[in-house]
Amino acid sequence: MHDDRLTIAGREFRSRLWVGTGKYKDFVETKKAIETSGADVVTVAVRRVNITDRNSENLLDYLDPKQYTILPNTAGCYTVEDAVRYARLARAAGVSDLVKLEVIGDERTLFPDTAGLIEAAKILIKEGFVVLPYTNDDPIVAQKLVDIGCPAVMPLAAPIGSGLGIRNPYNLKIILETVKVPVIVDAGVGTASDAALAMEYGADAVLMNTAIAGAQEPIAMAEAMKYAVEAGRLAYKAGRIPRKLYATASSPIEGML
Amino acid sequence: MHIQVNGEPRQVREEINVTGLLQDLQLNVERVAVEINLEILDQRDFDARMLQEGDRIEIMSFIGGGTSPYL
Repeated sequence: MHDDRLTIAGREFRSRLWVGTGKYKDFVETKKAIETSGADVVTVAVRRVNITDRNSENLLDYLDPKQYTILPNTAGCYTVEDAVRYARLARAAGVSDLVKLEVIGDERTLFPDTAGLIEAAKILIKEGFVVLPYTNDDPIVAQKLVDIGCPAVMPLAAPIGSGLGIRNPYNLKIILETVKVPVIVDAGVGTASDAALAMEYGADAVLMNTAIAGAQEPIAMAEAMKYAVEAGRLAYKAGRIPRKLYATASSPIEGML
Repeated sequence: MHIQVNGEPRQVREEINVTGLLQDLQLNVERVAVEINLEILDQRDFDARMLQEGDRIEIMSFIGGGTSPYL
């Protein structure tokens, strides 16, 4: 699989499994899960530093930015202004000009506010950011994001943290057929088969957090996801057989008594 | 003088720059973003930027988070 690298905006990525860093028990578990997953892109949130507890540790003490591509996100931002502000803060903190742009539309579903997303993406692209937008499984919006300069799109499989898997496979397939940039399925994966399916459809990568961090055994699930993404990718490249209603024998009739 | 850091009132000495504040808070200068009165600073300006009475300062860094608000 070494020659099968994912390239986005001139950057090469080895693994097609991207992971979040939230919801783990502690940083030791975070680090172990990420190492086991084989991911080289890890997404992180931007928040106020804890200035009252001087012993509080920094996530980046555990995830070396030289080893991983740190992908700051604007999780928790409900307005264009907030998302732009958080993206700028992330860049000012010095890890990169990449941003996983989220403009959330609603607390219950955490679905993206796609109008706000496009507006925020335009502002940030003009400022030189590499914007990877967390978007809905809407082919029209995905194409608009590409048209304004996003070098990849990140449609959801299902609501964040829901574990429902790919809720709209046909829309996802249309996105995969129509946009000419990498598609990273982001959010909603529940278990290994969901990730494998996304890759079999032709997704370029899958990003997940809760499916690993929330599993009973996060490290074991990280390993499962690693193989699922690899298997799905290989199956996609191998080309599956068509579905048929009736049987086709695999053993020849010739030579039978 | 009085300033506000991450929403909390704080008393600091006169003639202190951003680097000085971060050092007092024992924070790694390389891994934080600093916003003063809604203006985001370049890390290269941390030495030159002196704090003023009443400044509202936000010090931000990266925490665990994925595809959801991590609260």
